[in-house]
Amino acid sequence: MSSAKWTVLTTLAILSFTSCSSAPSTSPSRSESVALINGAGATFPYPIYAKWFDEYHKLHPDIQINYQSIGSGGGIRQLLTGTVDFGASDSPMTDEQLRQAKFKVLHFPTVLGAVVPSYNVPAVTEELKFTPEALTGIMLGTVKKWNDGRIAKANPGVKLPSNDIVTVHRSDGSGTTFVWTDYLSKVSPEWKSKVGSGTSVNWPAGLGAKGNEGVAGLVKQTPYSFGYVELVYAIQNNMAYGRVHNSSGTPVKADLASVTAAAAAAAASMPDDFRVSITNPPGRDAYPIASFTWLLIPGAIPDSAKKSAITGFLRWMLEDGQKMTQQLSYAPLPPEVISKELNAISQIQ
Amino acid sequence: MMRHRWRKFVNALMFGITALCALASVCVLFWILGYLVWNGGRALDLDFFTQLPKPPGETGGGMANAVIGSGQIILVAALIGVPIGFLGGVYLAEFGSGTVPFLIRYTADLLNGVPSIVIGIFAYTLVVVPAKHFSAFAGGVALSIILIPTTLRTTEQFLRAVPQTLREGALALGASKWQAVATVVVPAAIRGVSTGIILGIARIAGETAPLLFTSFSNRYWGTSLNQPTASLPVMIFTYAISPYADWHRQAWAAALLLLAAMLLLNIAARLALSRGSYQRT
Amino acid sequence: MAGAFSLPERGINEPKRRSFLDRLRSADQLAHVLTMVFAAAILLVVVLLVFELFRNSGESRSKFGWEFFFTSQWDPVAGKFGALPFIYGTLVTSAVALLIAVPLGLGAAVFLAELAPPRVSDALTFVIELLAAVPSVIYGLLAVFALVPLLRDPIQPFLNRTLGFLPLFQGPSYGVGYLAAGVILAIMVVPFVISISRESLLAVPNEQREAALALGATRWESTWYVVVPYARLGIVGSVFLALARALGETMAVTMVIGNTPQIAGSLFAPGYSIAAVIANEFTEATGDLHISALVELGLALFLLTIVINGVARLLVLATTRRGTTHP
Repeated sequence: MSSAKWTVLTTLAILSFTSCSSAPSTSPSRSESVALINGAGATFPYPIYAKWFDEYHKLHPDIQINYQSIGSGGGIRQLLTGTVDFGASDSPMTDEQLRQAKFKVLHFPTVLGAVVPSYNVPAVTEELKFTPEALTGIMLGTVKKWNDGRIAKANPGVKLPSNDIVTVHRSDGSGTTFVWTDYLSKVSPEWKSKVGSGTSVNWPAGLGAKGNEGVAGLVKQTPYSFGYVELVYAIQNNMAYGRVHNSSGTPVKADLASVTAAAAAAAASMPDDFRVSITNPPGRDAYPIASFTWLLIPGAIPDSAKKSAITGFLRWMLEDGQKMTQQLSYAPLPPEVISKELNAISQIQ
Repeated sequence: MMRHRWRKFVNALMFGITALCALASVCVLFWILGYLVWNGGRALDLDFFTQLPKPPGETGGGMANAVIGSGQIILVAALIGVPIGFLGGVYLAEFGSGTVPFLIRYTADLLNGVPSIVIGIFAYTLVVVPAKHFSAFAGGVALSIILIPTTLRTTEQFLRAVPQTLREGALALGASKWQAVATVVVPAAIRGVSTGIILGIARIAGETAPLLFTSFSNRYWGTSLNQPTASLPVMIFTYAISPYADWHRQAWAAALLLLAAMLLLNIAARLALSRGSYQRT
Repeated sequence: MAGAFSLPERGINEPKRRSFLDRLRSADQLAHVLTMVFAAAILLVVVLLVFELFRNSGESRSKFGWEFFFTSQWDPVAGKFGALPFIYGTLVTSAVALLIAVPLGLGAAVFLAELAPPRVSDALTFVIELLAAVPSVIYGLLAVFALVPLLRDPIQPFLNRTLGFLPLFQGPSYGVGYLAAGVILAIMVVPFVISISRESLLAVPNEQREAALALGATRWESTWYVVVPYARLGIVGSVFLALARALGETMAVTMVIGNTPQIAGSLFAPGYSIAAVIANEFTEATGDLHISALVELGLALFLLTIVINGVARLLVLATTRRGTTHP
């Protein structure tokens, strides 16, 4: 036989072998079938979700929850199209989106996270403080250089270089963008009228990157850059991130205490559908750019195996999962919210 | 005489410049290989081939599911694309004059030039949306659409290259047309045809864009062709744009694996081809 | 050529085997029909593809009309979509790619076809054609980690210092941007230019070369003033093919173009291309209008690449068919 025939045969053999070794299991011989649940959405909570789904799989080997972080916009879209079993977003669905959905969608908060201003300024080793004015200016492109007065004013004694600021924002539909722009809209009427808030906005300036991962990657590689990322991405990648002046004027760093303080007011008066924004809250120690993040679950799940897998996971997440949040720098949910959610699980038909 | 010297100088100069161009082009391939081997070589360890991906920020883990997933998707694509392309090529070569064959050839060439991302959109609207989930099958469909035109054209090309005398000899011995084609012509062309198929498969193995919205990705082993499935190219893309150094390391390893497979297939196919377009079997 | 050849009217078989012959004949018909059905599957696929693209872009086409291609605002929040930044980005990166790849590729092709000894030429061509087999995402990976830092620090500032009077080379240097995308595209299309130009050059009849040499030309002069013009149709065809490839390229471009829907005069600025925006936004386009606009972009790209590929193939065909006919 010619060598070509051998090559074809061996290639086909290898492909068939690899395919058969993980053969379709439509009628499983084992007593329990492996339930694969597909979810997609926010990159904001991706590190903790990935950890949770991994741990849950170890506890329940018959349940695989495959989560892809494609951005909150993607999570909402794929949920509405019906190609995934659940979505995830840090931007609660708008009334318009809920109307567009052909089925009921329930929001379940999972953790509290923070969006931080991270930067890569080689010469500066001190921690920078940002006023709302400085942040707005940087994102609008009106604050062009690192040694601009609006940044220098909040950082006396720090030697800021005269290089241009390279702004990085999200190129995909992002809940992190929603949180960031929601905050900017609240503190700056100029931002609100020029750009507004949403998962995808018309950015006046800067480079675009895909996902929190992309923004972190780009900021890390680009000197004199500035980007907004979820806290854990900045920590995991040893990136510098600054303090933000909150509504009381105190420069606050994003951490467990400040993020929990941000949610305190909202926790007491949480609406039944759990959709709420906690940016720029009152409170001396509150971090101003924090947010809940939600799992978007369809109100009715016909497949009973999937339904019990999802409700089981939600219960575990609210009870045991909350203990794992701190090692990844997310704040756990306030107790009032947890008990309210545990009751809400029964809404899933 | 000065003019003559100048012309000789220009001659030598252009020889040098064009040689440099050729050399630069060749060097690019070696640079790519070298870079991948340097960055990915050490990361291509046993873990890579046996472990599942770990959550972001944790080091370790591997891409075992992506290696298998790629295999699954390519198998589906080959099972759909090769028969269609092959039989279509037989049609064009053996029954091939007139408007219908001309139209088919023309559209095959058109399809060949369509950007793979557009084919991805098509497969998404055709397979993913009605089925309501991403799947390896959808990815395979997308890739098969890319595979069919190349398979069709190379099959036709090599079948046509078989000398008429072989066909006439078979017919003279009493064979019907399809017998002649199946038992004499095709075996005579099989080397060229199969290498063409291999080259086509090598090409689709590296495609990423169509898989982004068809086979999506999966952190676990793919147990069914009806589920989202991890694949090497998509993993490379995801890991490359992330900030995690460990993911970068794994991306290099995956890239090295993918490139090595591409190059081996291509080199084997071309070497087989260059030993003559047909030989007595 | 292979094609219609008919069965013998009467086989060499005895009459009692006529039924067998009949069965064979109908099997022939069957074979004909069967293979034709499979071949026609291609027609079906293409028709379906065009249909789906039209159908799914309907909302965007009816809302924006032809204005879509001349508006530069891409605002998903306000529901305003315009294709101009992406068309601009696609064209600019492809132009940069061709500007780099065509001289380089033509030079290499000339060397390989005319000036190099045959064995060297074959070996080098083999290697160069392997470059065409490297997957796009691997080029992207290399571009992100090797090319972008190189552009950001030594190269772009250097260009700024030397050629900075041109608006093309002004502005801050991020590394990512039109230039990065253009350079990686150039590397990707060079093998096509070389391969096809080389074949076109080789197809030029020897008499042409010898005539030039007989008149006292140097090898270079014979090549540049006689052979290359003779093969120009094929060479132009290779450029069009390279262009078609560059226009549709997705992964490598999306990883280094900067993903910013704007129109900027500088090559250092970040931009966007049609294929890149589809790859980034398709899975998460919120709202049917957004998806429809993306599909319309895909349709535009589809039509554009078809036209350019069509022209390219005609040109290449014209060269290889010419043989000894007078140009």
